[in-house]
Amino acid sequence: MREPKSIRRLLIFLAAAFLFLMLILPLILVAVEALSKGWSVYIQALTEPYAIKALGLTIEATVLAVALNTIFGIASAWLLTKFDFRGKNLLGSLIDLPFAISPVVAGLFFIMLFGRMSPIYSTLQDFHVAIVFAVPGVILATVFVTFPFITRELIPVMESQGRSEEEAATTMGADGWTIFRKVTLPNIKWGLSYGIILCTARAMGEFGAVSVVSGHIRGRTNTLPLHIEILYNEYNFTAAFAVASILVILAIVVLILRNIVEARGVKAQ
Amino acid sequence: MLSKRLKKIFGAALGAVLAMGMMTGCGGQEQAATSDGAKEILNVSYDPTRELFAAYNEKFKPHWKDTTGEDITINQSHGGSGKQARSVVEGLEADVVTLALAYDVDEIQNAGLIKSGWLERFPDNSAPYTSTIVFLVRKGNPKGIHDWDDLIRDDVSIITPNPKTSGGARWNYLAAWEYARQKYNGDEQQVRAFIKKLFSNVAVLDSGARGSTTSFVQRGQGDVLIAWENEALLSLKDAPDDYEIVTPSLSILAEPSVAVVDEVVDRKGTRRIAEEYIRYLYSDEAQNVAAQNFYRPRNSEVLAKYSDVFKPLTLVTIDEAFGGWTKAQQEHFADGGTFDQIYQK
Amino acid sequence: MSDKKIIPGYHLTLGITMFFVSLFLFIPLAAFLLYSAGMGLEKFLQAATDYRNVHAYLLSFGCAFAAAVINCVFGLILAWVLVRYDFKGKRIMDAMIDLPFALPTAIAGIALTTLYAENGWVGQFFYAIGIPSAFSPMGITIALIFVGIPFVARSVQPVLKELDPQLEEAAQLFGADNLTIFRRVILPELVSPLMTGFALAFSRGIGEYGSVVFIAGNMPFETEIAPLMIMTKLEQFDYQSAAAIAIVMMVLSLAILLSIHSWQSHKLRSIGAIN
Repeated sequence: MREPKSIRRLLIFLAAAFLFLMLILPLILVAVEALSKGWSVYIQALTEPYAIKALGLTIEATVLAVALNTIFGIASAWLLTKFDFRGKNLLGSLIDLPFAISPVVAGLFFIMLFGRMSPIYSTLQDFHVAIVFAVPGVILATVFVTFPFITRELIPVMESQGRSEEEAATTMGADGWTIFRKVTLPNIKWGLSYGIILCTARAMGEFGAVSVVSGHIRGRTNTLPLHIEILYNEYNFTAAFAVASILVILAIVVLILRNIVEARGVKAQ
Repeated sequence: MLSKRLKKIFGAALGAVLAMGMMTGCGGQEQAATSDGAKEILNVSYDPTRELFAAYNEKFKPHWKDTTGEDITINQSHGGSGKQARSVVEGLEADVVTLALAYDVDEIQNAGLIKSGWLERFPDNSAPYTSTIVFLVRKGNPKGIHDWDDLIRDDVSIITPNPKTSGGARWNYLAAWEYARQKYNGDEQQVRAFIKKLFSNVAVLDSGARGSTTSFVQRGQGDVLIAWENEALLSLKDAPDDYEIVTPSLSILAEPSVAVVDEVVDRKGTRRIAEEYIRYLYSDEAQNVAAQNFYRPRNSEVLAKYSDVFKPLTLVTIDEAFGGWTKAQQEHFADGGTFDQIYQK
Repeated sequence: MSDKKIIPGYHLTLGITMFFVSLFLFIPLAAFLLYSAGMGLEKFLQAATDYRNVHAYLLSFGCAFAAAVINCVFGLILAWVLVRYDFKGKRIMDAMIDLPFALPTAIAGIALTTLYAENGWVGQFFYAIGIPSAFSPMGITIALIFVGIPFVARSVQPVLKELDPQLEEAAQLFGADNLTIFRRVILPELVSPLMTGFALAFSRGIGEYGSVVFIAGNMPFETEIAPLMIMTKLEQFDYQSAAAIAIVMMVLSLAILLSIHSWQSHKLRSIGAIN
């Protein structure tokens, strides 16, 4: 299908204009605000020990959430596209549930499960295990809000792929692992990498749910987004945007990494 | 080639899961270490006190070292006052709470974490520093705003946070209410009409004090910001050429409350430190720190030293005017209270 | 369709999936529902159907719907342009799409409010022609468009990429024009990912709090969103009313997601029948 040049131009223009208004301008604004008091203030905001600790926790929570969700995403997408079974639709919708739940409420879930009003709280206390208002709670909340991402990215691709190739491989006697590696993975790897990127980005930026379970202890349970909120609430506008710009830069690094991996993959093929 | 990469990915993922398990364990151990050593306390506070407590902690640590020879770590947590109180109720292990209003501490008491009678445990209603509600207007006061009366004029646009979501904003509301009550000699009908008119002039009802300040300062919304004095002074410090503070004829004495969280300190064995941490807030040294961070010190001698910053005005307390927080909360801010009635159709 | 599972891995993937779903969804959800069950039906109905809350649901659903529709249109255009055309800056454009996720919602909210307020870079033009682009339902929609940008584009993109070009070529040989090819050959393939993207953007929009609260203005009966009502209740330590509102929103969103899923699998099945 070849459409006329004018339509091409129009579509590209529309896409660019949309992105510019909705996305690039806000990012420019972040940069402008971050640097509004000069580089030294910017650097100072980033090298503050609490900012560095918050960055560390954000990376930790992101890596773990993405790893867990990758395992879950592949398994659940395989389950939902390769097999028919009772309750499949319900399961598919349940996986999306975290999207339907306001992140703030998601945080409350974990509070009610592990917090002081929970029946298991005293047992946790006896074993000196802290889950909410400690690092594990932050990680749990992050996994929760990014739960559907990879599954959701894989399902349409695997669906349009159909089952015939895998079925043929099975009849030829290949085991499941081999089928996944040799047949499925090459088809889904872009979908998978998109999913991982989305998951990473969302995990880094998650605010609402984490804010409920973290307790906001400086240098302990503050992630970068929480650190930004605190700076903002302290009337420290410039520093808040400076730290926010770091998240944007981190996201860009992740995106570049993906591009490199992609380019290598193409070359290898 | 692909399978090699895949194995790596899976290896990494598995490793990560194991690491998570281990970390959960470590988190527990860390907690255990602090409860044995008891050399660490957590002060759960609200948003605009960070600089105050950052400065105060630097004074308290050497003080504690001088009296006991122990080194201690003080952790800080800041957020909206109500949300912070909720976190403590939900299990955030605060040794002391330093919040915006007594109502929030009462809620922690209701959950059984703080013993009743906390308000009398320390001097001055357990409020070592105070503030009040003032107006921040644009430089030169172009709308000529001098008192609460001016806020109900048709040409005045107001910025204030929502008292339902912001504990601090409840003081704003009550200050206006008390002014109207005195003006109309307690005629409830007229007081309600006054408040209704005032809120019909509100342009943006932000969820928190910080959001309101941003709407007023950064977005140029509204002619007047109803704010805590310490926050107004802070805005003024940042941009002395753009704003000025108008002190109304009457306002409310905002008493941010402090308390020791009994259940936590008894379990962690930190009661001694926590109590001294609050007691020392009343010392001359700490009172100076409070004044430097724009909170009105309780100590009248220290207050006199900063009389150019803190203008004198008639202040009513919540106990005198509203019979305490529990009653005020019930009448005005609970669902169906006077604030909700403003918007009822 | 047979009940036999030809492809291996059914039990393994079912096991992993159920393990995660239980650990991260069921158990926390059960804890929440158990806690909320204490309120009783009367209290639940009272909190859930309060007039002000109903207004907030309608506003949240309306704005989320509008934002999701707009994202569907522009998401499709974005995906199309990125998959099919070559132009300068394409790679950058491609990479940019995911950024809304990485930016903490609060910062996005503050940045968008600054831009679309009366004295903002963009807002001044809207206000000049009498459209309030901040502190209004439009402001809420703008924030929700921002948080939803990646969903549709990222759902459509991979499918568009995997699309078999031979189908289009064949259609062209038979003399079909562009519009017909798009409508009859390409669009049917894209309906499923479009619906997925729409559902995700929509449900994300309903629950979004951080970015919206800054730009909404939060005036009762005008710009109060449902998540704000939850926060309001929590601020009064009224966990039960908060839970009631949360449950209403959850059930409504789940119903929407569920109907989209059954519609999708119904469509798949009918395609399967043709084949």
